[in-house]
Amino acid sequence: MPGTSHHITAALVGSPNCGKSSLFNSLTGSRQKVANYPGVTVERRSGKYTTADNQTITLLDLPGIYSLKDRTLDERVSRQIITGDHVSENQPDLLICVADSTNLRVHLRLVLELKHLGLPIILALNMHDMAQRDNIKIDPEILSKELGIPVVTTVAVRRGSLDDLKNQLSETLHNLPPKQGALAAPTTRELQQQARGITARAMLSEGTQHNITRQLDKIILHPVFGLIIFFITLFGMFQLVYFWAEAPMNLIEGSFAALQGLISDILPDNWFRSLLNDGIIAGVGSVLIFLPQIMILFTFILILESTGYMARAAFIMDRLMAMVGLNGRAFIPLMSSFACAIPGIMATRTIEHHRDRITTIMIAPLMTCSARIPVYALLIGAVVPNNSIIFGLFGLQGVVLFGLYLVGIVSALIVAAILKMTLTKGVAQPFLMELPKYQLPVLKHFLINLWERAKSFLRRAGTIIFYAAIGLWLLAQYPKKPIGGLEPDIFYSYAGILGRALQYIFAPLGFNWEISIALIPGMAAREVAIGALGTVYALQGNEGQVEQGLRTVIQNTWSLPTAFAFLAWYVFAPQCLATIATVRRETNSWGWATFMTGYLFALAYFAALVVNRATIAFLN
Amino acid sequence: MTVKYLSDLKKGEEATILGFDPKFCQDIEFARDLEDRLLEIGFEEGLKVKILHEGLVSRDPIAVRIGQMTIALRRMEAAAVRINNGKY
Repeated sequence: MPGTSHHITAALVGSPNCGKSSLFNSLTGSRQKVANYPGVTVERRSGKYTTADNQTITLLDLPGIYSLKDRTLDERVSRQIITGDHVSENQPDLLICVADSTNLRVHLRLVLELKHLGLPIILALNMHDMAQRDNIKIDPEILSKELGIPVVTTVAVRRGSLDDLKNQLSETLHNLPPKQGALAAPTTRELQQQARGITARAMLSEGTQHNITRQLDKIILHPVFGLIIFFITLFGMFQLVYFWAEAPMNLIEGSFAALQGLISDILPDNWFRSLLNDGIIAGVGSVLIFLPQIMILFTFILILESTGYMARAAFIMDRLMAMVGLNGRAFIPLMSSFACAIPGIMATRTIEHHRDRITTIMIAPLMTCSARIPVYALLIGAVVPNNSIIFGLFGLQGVVLFGLYLVGIVSALIVAAILKMTLTKGVAQPFLMELPKYQLPVLKHFLINLWERAKSFLRRAGTIIFYAAIGLWLLAQYPKKPIGGLEPDIFYSYAGILGRALQYIFAPLGFNWEISIALIPGMAAREVAIGALGTVYALQGNEGQVEQGLRTVIQNTWSLPTAFAFLAWYVFAPQCLATIATVRRETNSWGWATFMTGYLFALAYFAALVVNRATIAFLN
Repeated sequence: MTVKYLSDLKKGEEATILGFDPKFCQDIEFARDLEDRLLEIGFEEGLKVKILHEGLVSRDPIAVRIGQMTIALRRMEAAAVRINNGKY
């Protein structure tokens, strides 16, 4: 009945690591939509699927669950939707329950629990290829009889292997049984006993124990080699993020500069040209330039995730994270934050517990992101001598840069420990997690996921950063310099007025009014502060010349305590509106965004003050 | 005979799960949920469990094999899993 089935929704349900999302990607392909459920940051993945006989249904990929007892935000959304308790989502008409064939006993328990809901169910025995490889033989017919529901085998990552599921879907959709009333489910233990019995009857061969995963884990989880592999992976990743991103970043920068040149040629020199060039293109461009780094970083993260290595990284880092009251899972988002805090904060969605997730979000901006590097490089180049130390092995400048990274990491751990003792205090969360089998990533699924990340980054650049850029441009441009004014234009603007007012607050840190002014446009993105300093000191020329000029200005007019205090400020200060906006969106609370901004500013002020005073004392 | 727990085992040792004693966890809220979580992830009475891997510091966390699965957990959590007191 084509046409009448449009409103039918089928939900994919299963435990984490059952290959549910791969199955979803294979069925819907590019016809999928990722959004958030209202009020929470749980991703709502939905897509359209059309059967061979032209029935179109909506497929919903629900977050993985082990049972209908919800503990995390993700699990609660799944439970509410499946049981029909969700405020905005209707109960699905059909459940496609996905189970890992190599781990039938555990996954069947969930199927048995779901059966009590009274919804029609199709069971997909996924990862059928792996089961065959490990000599596990399951009889789908016996299983189907025992459970009283249709059972098909699938290999989510192989084309053509979904035919059984597709045929079964058409058939079920033609005579979709009505929903029945839900029955109370027995206890976990009773369900487990049933599942074990059924598994024993349907399993023709239990399979051999040895497999590739076991062998690989012997090296990857080795107490010493595992750690070495882990650090090489991390180090290589960061090197490549910078190395590979350089060319596309130059390309983006060049394109924006060319665009600005073109606009300068076409439009007369008026406010509109300035708004386009200095406001929108400069502002949005300064954020878009990080797209290559973010894409490369996500490439690595998606590969590490889909191969199963990420769970091992969590295992390796768990001990260190335990020292500050978090668990290994919190390490992954923090790693992303070294490129940019925004994808890092987005990645905290994988953290099970709300309190742990908040703690991780709060400390993510302390990881030294790539936008700080231009600022660090300028200041270090200006005030730290280019000497070799430790037998000429290391440059002093490099050691100072590394030190700034280290200060960020150590502060993050301390802040996390303090938060866990106060605001996000609570019971420790069990680490308990399954280490999934190693798998080769699937190019198509990888590309779909990468595109999703890029889209959400671009969407943000097109909205919040666009408006912020216009706002900051207005502040820096108006009011105009009065006739006969001697200072640079920005001195007389709102940003200048604000900066000059702020200099009284910043005076104890040794910041002059020029620095105070530069901090305001620097809110758009950290490295914009360099351009702003160039403007304040009325330097002319291209970017390289401005930087060279600035280095001279800093060497001649900034005292050492001021320069060091400025570095200290930049380690902590939340100089990035996009991050603050992301925190607000991901925590769904202005409270946490405000708290983070406040504590980081306070920390930055305090650190800069201490560094300033300590340097003065040291020099005397 | 003293009662033995999964947390007492060393790398490479194997035992059979006898039951769960989450009371042994110091925190009550933590303990209340732990037994269910252990059951849901695949721990069950009568199954063999073997320690495959240990962390570097304090031999924590551990990775254990149950059936076809590898499960990572901390020794603190493993202290809730009662095992048989054989040589292995």
